[in-house]
Amino acid sequence: MTIAIIDYKAGNLTSVKKAFDHLRADTLVTEDPREVGKADKIVLPGVGHFAATRTLENSGIREAVVDSIERGIPFLGICVGMQWMLASSEEAPDVHGLALWPGECSRFPSGVKSPHVGWNSLQIRENSSRLLRGVASESYVYFTHSYRVPLLKATAAECEYGGGFSAAVEQDNLFGVQFHPEKSGALGLKILENFCSL
Amino acid sequence: MLTKRIIACLDVDAGRVVKGTQFLNLRDAGDPAELAAAHSCAGADEIVLLDITATHEKRNTLLETVRRTAHELFVPFTVGGGVRTLNDASAIFDAGADKISINSAAIADPSLITCIAERFGSQAVIVAIDAKRNLSTFEAFVSGGRVSTGRDAAQWAKEAEDRGAGEILLTSMDRDGTGKGFDCELTRVIAKAVRIPVIASGGAGGAEHFVEVFRAGSADAALAASIFHFGLSSIEQLKLRLYAAGIPVRLSC
Repeated sequence: MTIAIIDYKAGNLTSVKKAFDHLRADTLVTEDPREVGKADKIVLPGVGHFAATRTLENSGIREAVVDSIERGIPFLGICVGMQWMLASSEEAPDVHGLALWPGECSRFPSGVKSPHVGWNSLQIRENSSRLLRGVASESYVYFTHSYRVPLLKATAAECEYGGGFSAAVEQDNLFGVQFHPEKSGALGLKILENFCSL
Repeated sequence: MLTKRIIACLDVDAGRVVKGTQFLNLRDAGDPAELAAAHSCAGADEIVLLDITATHEKRNTLLETVRRTAHELFVPFTVGGGVRTLNDASAIFDAGADKISINSAAIADPSLITCIAERFGSQAVIVAIDAKRNLSTFEAFVSGGRVSTGRDAAQWAKEAEDRGAGEILLTSMDRDGTGKGFDCELTRVIAKAVRIPVIASGGAGGAEHFVEVFRAGSADAALAASIFHFGLSSIEQLKLRLYAAGIPVRLSC
C-alpha cells in the first residue's frame, strides 16, 4: 500500500514524510500526477500561502486527486491542504480549491493574534470519526495558521480561537486537519496511524 | 483554549549541547538529539536549537545535528544561529527544521525575512531580537548582544512583522543568565507593538517567573535553556505549577 505525499513546493514536507516513516508506512513524495493517481492513499500537506495550491492546478495533480477521490481513495489534507478542500480562501480569492464543501476560508478577526500558533484543544463533535479514533475531546494539538475553515456539516472536531472553526473535517473518504499531526507529539502520530490503517 | 508554550532551548557548539542541561538518566548529556527527545517527552511544547558558534567550517556539522535531532522529534523544531541567506535557511529546513530563527542577518538585510517567508511561509520565520534597556526604551542589539544597532526594539519588531515574520523571539540582555526573572516590561512593550506571538527569553529563575511573564508580560510563550537548574525537576513540574496558578498549559499526554 502506497501513500502519495504530494509535493507542490509549498514549504517543506520533511516533517510529514518523517512521521509516516516513523509509522513504517510506505510513502512516496511526488509531484507526478500519474504517481498520485496510482497511490492507495493521498496526503496533501501544506504550510504557507493558499496561492501555492495554484501549482496543483497547473500540474495536472488536481485532476488526479479528483479522480482518486471519486474512486473512494482516502485523501488527507493538512493545514493549507485542508483549506484547499473548500472552494476558496480570502488569502488568494482567485485560486480555486476543490469545493468539496461549501464555504470559504477566512482570516482570524483582528481581536486575536494572528497567526494562531501553538497547542490548542480539540472539541470532538463526531464520535464516529475514523481519523480521530481514540482521541479524547480537549486533547491538545499544534496549530500554525492565519486562515481558518468555517464550521461545516462535515466538521469532526472544532477549535476555539477568535470564534469556533473546523479543526478536523471528515466525510466518507475525505479527511482534513487544520492542525499539524506530524508536530503534535504522540497524539498526532496516533491520528496519522488511524489514517494509515483505514 | 490556546495554551501558553514552554520552549526548551539547546545551545549547541560543534554538534554538542554546551550549557544549561542537567538531565537525569541520559547516556550523554551533551547530545542534542537525545536531549531534544527527553525535553519533548517531559512536556516541552517546542524545541529550539541555537548554534552558538555558527562558523563557516562547522555548518555541515550543524546540518547533521539538525538532521539527527529532527529525526525522531514530533513537536515543532526551530533552528537558529548563523542563518544569513535563503540558501542557509533552505538547507536547515531540508534537514528537518520547522522554523528558522534569524537575528543579525535580518537587521543587516530586512528583506531576508520576506524572502524566507515567501518561500517557506511566515509560520517558518522567527525574528530574534536581543534587547537592552536604554532609559525608558529598549534598543535592539546584534552579535550576541555586543553590538548596538541604534534601533528601537518595538519598532524593529513591528517592521519584522510587516516584512513577514511569524513570531518574535525576544531576549532581554539585561536579564539573560541572571535568574532574576523575565523582563516583563520589555515583553509587554513588544507584545503590544505586534500582532504576532512573542516568545519571552532571558532571566528565568523559577516557576513564578513564568507566571509573571505570561500574566504581566503578555507573553505567548517562554523559552529557557537552563530549565533544569531552577530547582524544578522537569518541565512537567513547571507546567503543573503554571496550571495551579491558572495559566493554560498543555499537560503531558
